[in-house]
Amino acid sequence: MTVIGKGEESGAVLEVEDLSVEFPTEDGIVRAVRGVGYRLDRGDSLGIVGESGSGKSVTALAVMGLLPATARVRGSVRFEGTELLGLSDARLSDLRGSGIAMIFQDPMTSLNPVYSVGYQIAETLRRHNPGLKSRQARERAVDLLGTVGIPSPERRVDSYPHELSGGMRQRVVIAIAMANDPDVIIADEPTTALDVTVQAQILDALETARAETGAALVLITHDLGVVAGHCDRVGVMYAGRMVETGSVEDIFYTPRMPYTLGLLGSLPRLDREEERLTPITGSPPSLLNLPPGCPFAPRCPMRRDVCDNTEPALRKAGHELHLSACHFADELAGTGAAEVFDAIGADSEALARFADTTAPTNAEEDTV
Amino acid sequence: MLAYTVRRILVSIPVLIASTFIVFLVVVNAGDPVANFATSRQPPPSKAAVAAFARHIHANEPAVQRYWNWITGVLHGDWGPSVQPNLDIGHDLFTRFRVTVTLVASAMIIALVLAVIFGVFSALRQYSAADYTITFFGFLFLAMPVFWFAVLLKQAGIWFNEQTGSQFLGTIGEKSPYLPVDTTWNEFTDRIGHLVLPTITLALVSFASWTRYTRASMLEVMGSDYVRLARAKGLRRGTVMVRHALRTALIPLATVTALDVAIILGGAVITETIFQWHGMGEMLVQSASTVDVYRTMAWLLLSAVVVIGFNLVADLLYAVLDPRIRYD
Amino acid sequence: MTDIEAPGSAGTQLPPSDHEFTVRQRSQTRLVLRRFLRHRAAMVSLVVFVLILLWAFIGPHLWHYSYRKYTPDNSQPPSWKHPFGTDSSGYDAYAQVMRGTQTSLKIAILIALGSTFVGAVWGAVAGFYRGFVDAVMMRVADLVLTLPLFAIALVISSRSGGSWYWIAAVIAGLTWAYVSRVVRSTVLSLREKEFVEAAKALGASDARIIFRHLLPNSLGPIIVNATVLVATGILTETALSFVGFGVQPPDTSLGLLVSQAQTAVDTRPWLFYIPGAFIIAIALTINFIGDGLRDAFDPRQQRVRQ
Repeated sequence: MTVIGKGEESGAVLEVEDLSVEFPTEDGIVRAVRGVGYRLDRGDSLGIVGESGSGKSVTALAVMGLLPATARVRGSVRFEGTELLGLSDARLSDLRGSGIAMIFQDPMTSLNPVYSVGYQIAETLRRHNPGLKSRQARERAVDLLGTVGIPSPERRVDSYPHELSGGMRQRVVIAIAMANDPDVIIADEPTTALDVTVQAQILDALETARAETGAALVLITHDLGVVAGHCDRVGVMYAGRMVETGSVEDIFYTPRMPYTLGLLGSLPRLDREEERLTPITGSPPSLLNLPPGCPFAPRCPMRRDVCDNTEPALRKAGHELHLSACHFADELAGTGAAEVFDAIGADSEALARFADTTAPTNAEEDTV
Repeated sequence: MLAYTVRRILVSIPVLIASTFIVFLVVVNAGDPVANFATSRQPPPSKAAVAAFARHIHANEPAVQRYWNWITGVLHGDWGPSVQPNLDIGHDLFTRFRVTVTLVASAMIIALVLAVIFGVFSALRQYSAADYTITFFGFLFLAMPVFWFAVLLKQAGIWFNEQTGSQFLGTIGEKSPYLPVDTTWNEFTDRIGHLVLPTITLALVSFASWTRYTRASMLEVMGSDYVRLARAKGLRRGTVMVRHALRTALIPLATVTALDVAIILGGAVITETIFQWHGMGEMLVQSASTVDVYRTMAWLLLSAVVVIGFNLVADLLYAVLDPRIRYD
Repeated sequence: MTDIEAPGSAGTQLPPSDHEFTVRQRSQTRLVLRRFLRHRAAMVSLVVFVLILLWAFIGPHLWHYSYRKYTPDNSQPPSWKHPFGTDSSGYDAYAQVMRGTQTSLKIAILIALGSTFVGAVWGAVAGFYRGFVDAVMMRVADLVLTLPLFAIALVISSRSGGSWYWIAAVIAGLTWAYVSRVVRSTVLSLREKEFVEAAKALGASDARIIFRHLLPNSLGPIIVNATVLVATGILTETALSFVGFGVQPPDTSLGLLVSQAQTAVDTRPWLFYIPGAFIIAIALTINFIGDGLRDAFDPRQQRVRQ
């Protein structure tokens, strides 16, 4: 339905269209993902941002075909033109690790405690290169460990996961992900569980892996700062949907969705003098029995009656590739980032006032 | 690892002494063998005979001194006097131990193998009809009194023999008292035939609880991040289940199995009573009803050594299977 | 104050209270109860178990035969007059099974209550004080755990003369150590929580913290364990009585009834199967109730509806 992309039909390595995921539970159906779409070109990098529970990880697992059997997945996921949904597990297995690789959030639990890291890297190498001898696999594992920045890899290759720090383990997971030169790497909050000091190093290792393999990257995070440094395009997710998508510049300088504004307001910035951060009040809605209307409405300072009844579609806000799911996206247009941030920076009431004052004026077409 | 093993054995000794001391006090006070001797015999023994009996079994000595004499005696191979005349407790104990070991070992092996198979199957087919059936029977077996089930099995065995006109399934004793054709092969099949029903009886409860344990352990591992990563690497489901899930899920089962040895020994007492085996179960029942202090203690000491030994083996096995555990 | 513990769903308005636990318990209890009510096997089991309980304790007062009264009918199969038949000496099996169930349940429940009380206090004190006290108390518990339950119970109860509370005391004296382990580990994690810190800061005594704060908050694992102990208790007691070291005639228990009937499986099967079925029914329902409680107290185990 809604696809972020650069227009041309060819060259897309991964296309997700109108993806929805539902989990039947005792309390009813949880609609974890509701019509998400994106398009990833070769070598591209897309950041997916949102709070926990917004459906980021479930989207990624749906692409990998790794959701539990109870999950109901609809829509379309195409990898190099091949539809993945409905593909047999055996066919998908051939693709996992070699076509699309994934990095998980918690390196402390991602590696099997009873096998050495070298074994766990060699395992994926030999899976996709049946002819590979175990000695060659081991040599390649040592190379990979060196590439992701593990010191004295020829010694570390025989270490067990518990002998390595969290940062080192995440490097091992990255080495596993890049082992078979994948076309897409999906990194699900790769730095969230790590110390701040290690985060930058891990992101560097991830960049190295991308440079070595030429893989496109889907970087899932709740940290807008990470996105700014490592992605070309951004999708903001809320309550299982994309609520705003665009280039990094679009999202950071001309956001057209109050939720994005809220996220930016809670980001510490060095280029502004205010010290106060603005939290978004309230918490995300339950994905069980979602009420009609915009899911962000209860927390939105710009909420009006229409917001409670109709859920806004993701549509053009500003230029062709900048989309927003807000009834009043146009009202936010044409205003410089500074004004918006000031309003946000003060408090949400100020934002509401700002919204009221700009309401009667006709929104001009954005030209950024 | 060797140093650790030696240290663990050394640490076990005070535990063994403390636990046998407590048990000794309990057993000494659990009845009055001298009164039994004086009242239960016809004709009633003379006062002098009663006094000689009391002296023979050290009934009038202080408990602490008796314990000390007993434990030092055991180290020299003297297991103390029985209330039964001419009974060598040490010899009695080890003859019976061999009988019971066959039963306990075969029951544990069968229970373990079947528990892993059914537990894994149940976990792989979670919430399927097969899973519900296995779970239901697990609950049923856990609720089934061993003695009740044993009596039923015994009846079934007799019925089976009648139907087939054979004597294959033995329902009394650990072997036939007399074999018409006395070859090694006949003796072997006779022993096996006598082993079948008691083994099923004893294996049942452990099978049920270990199946549930395996299932829970498998489900937990199957939901773990490293199994998901193994799948994300492209490994096929079967490979992941065996190499990553099962391998890790079975580690804690080693500990559970070892800890359950004490329970199985208790179950063996009931099983042997019903199938009239001349094993350690019979020995315990006899010595408890005759208030035979030293014979009871011999039983309890040996079972304590077995239980502690199994715990040690479980710990060592854990270290072999799980690289995170290292003893030095 | 009421913000300290709020596991309840957002938006539920609770009456203001000056005591932290009233808030927690009310919302928590409601949640646990709701989850338990949804556990179908556990609910059915609870109903069956309560019916057996009522039958065993009230039934004997309404039934016209006593368990110790001979009737003129020997070895009769079940009939309207003797629903469970009679044995070879003419005892009415219905009255006997009723009495046996009563005795076995009394013993099992006393075991559960006794060992839970001792074990919970033992574990809570050890977990609260930690260090040396903990080390000593837990070594004692470990020592008890190495004793083979059935064998020791058999040796000790040979002197009991068959009195039901003595048998219960012996078994409880060997099972409390399991409870103390569970409670200790729960308390070890609880004592780091803010509400314990708060109570300490307010100057609450150690005893008050243990009995008013730590134990009530470990109630989930304690109740689940107590339930399981009823099943362990009934199976141990009936086994002891079966081997001849438990309840003695003229009183009776389900284990004793099975033992007396074991030679009559072919001739008077009703005497063997009915008491056995009652043991299974009690142990089975208890285990299902325990399972339901565990799920109810442990919401991490989310089940997905088919």
